[in-house]
Amino acid sequence: MRLVTVAGPPSCGKTSVVAKACGALRELGRSCAVVKFDCLQSRDGEIYREAGIAVSVVFSGGLCPDHFFATNLEEAFAWAAGTGAETGIIETAGLCNRCSPHIRGALGICVIDNLMGIDAPEKIGPMLRLADIVIVTKGDLVSQAEREVYRYRIRQMNGRAVIRHVNGLTGQGCADLAAILAQAPDIKTVTDMKLRFSMPAAVCSYCLSETRIGSRYQKGNVKKARFAGVSDG
Amino acid sequence: MADGADAGAKARAWAPASLTLTAGRDKSGRPEAGDVVLRPGEITALLGPTGSGKSRFLSDIESLACGDTPTGRRLLLDGRSPDADERFELQGRLVAQLTQNMNFVLDLSVRDFVLTHALSREAPDPQEAARRVIAAANSLAGEPFDPGVQLTQLSGGQSRALMIADTALLSWSPALLIDEIENAGVDKRRALDLLLASDKIVVIATHDPVLALSADRRLVFEHGAVRMTVVRTGEERDILARLSEMERETTRVRALLRKGEPLS
Repeated sequence: MRLVTVAGPPSCGKTSVVAKACGALRELGRSCAVVKFDCLQSRDGEIYREAGIAVSVVFSGGLCPDHFFATNLEEAFAWAAGTGAETGIIETAGLCNRCSPHIRGALGICVIDNLMGIDAPEKIGPMLRLADIVIVTKGDLVSQAEREVYRYRIRQMNGRAVIRHVNGLTGQGCADLAAILAQAPDIKTVTDMKLRFSMPAAVCSYCLSETRIGSRYQKGNVKKARFAGVSDG
Repeated sequence: MADGADAGAKARAWAPASLTLTAGRDKSGRPEAGDVVLRPGEITALLGPTGSGKSRFLSDIESLACGDTPTGRRLLLDGRSPDADERFELQGRLVAQLTQNMNFVLDLSVRDFVLTHALSREAPDPQEAARRVIAAANSLAGEPFDPGVQLTQLSGGQSRALMIADTALLSWSPALLIDEIENAGVDKRRALDLLLASDKIVVIATHDPVLALSADRRLVFEHGAVRMTVVRTGEERDILARLSEMERETTRVRALLRKGEPLS
């Protein structure tokens, strides 16, 4: 099955873009299955189902969404492959800007929108820097000059990615994206493949549902920050 | 894979002898009358009520429509569909576009913004290019602005003036699309002169009779599609001269009123 990971900040249009691109693929007789990793709740399953796309939505709940994603990749791949789809797309919401879901050897897509501020491409970090394709949405809401300046900033952060403008509402540009998805690497199994960027290390008291604030409650892998002019304790 | 930005030099050297928008369909799915062919050095005006499909037409050109937009139109370059590689190289490069957008959203100063844009467009001397754009914008805007001011603090007219100057001076695209220049609160005549100082394909969506008559031909829109094409006649040129004269008079009186001077 061809494998694609899609990541991006909340509300940037990931689901709209993926659903439209899958729709364009289906018109060419090529099937997709989508696994959506989310945190606590999501209505995205309905959007995919309405578009006639096989979808499975899973929630990290009390766990770090990044770790939850990594620990469920084999199963996600198996489910998508089990639907008989030619292309499996894993859409991840809730990944913090520290993280990137992209896998070496699979197609990695980052979705970002034109309204996020000029420093967004830098702040978004590895999910953009390590992507193969950067999709920019909401370009219809800004001037052409702003689109170009924003694109330039994305290019500075990621020198090799293909950058495309897509309108998630009208679907403009989704046919091009579908053509790219149709060429994603065909993979037999994700077992033994590697993430492009390591997940954050954790296991502290807060990982174990601690809610109280204060050093006395903190155990395990705890890192104290160094604030301006004050040394850490 | 090559990317649009990296293929800039190649795209810059190339200008099509014609752009064709194939006939699409209107909002009810009825087929449009015929194809529209646009050529360099030719000004085409788009007319019709709000919502009749003028902006959609411009957007179809800008996005190199390939049947993937609501109108179902396709853009042909020199009479043929661009292949995937060409589409790739041309995306965002074929046309310079001035939309109805009156506000900036990016959190940058005017100077940094224009300078970054000049860099992204590979201007030979970005500092000088940025200086020229800001100077031109200030000559169009009612109230001049400082280059250090944030983009988002510009007034509607100032934003519009900056967009016009930027489009006119930083763009090397072979086609120029203008949507509603008259709503701008800027010096319309100067803006148009600045924009038209080149041998480009120019398409203007407008409700303004002077702008409409400045065009070589007019496409009239209805219900999302082109209903008819009208070529400017000699008689219309005379009407244009008369309207232009009236407009100059209006401009003169407005300037006097603004300064509080007596009308004479």
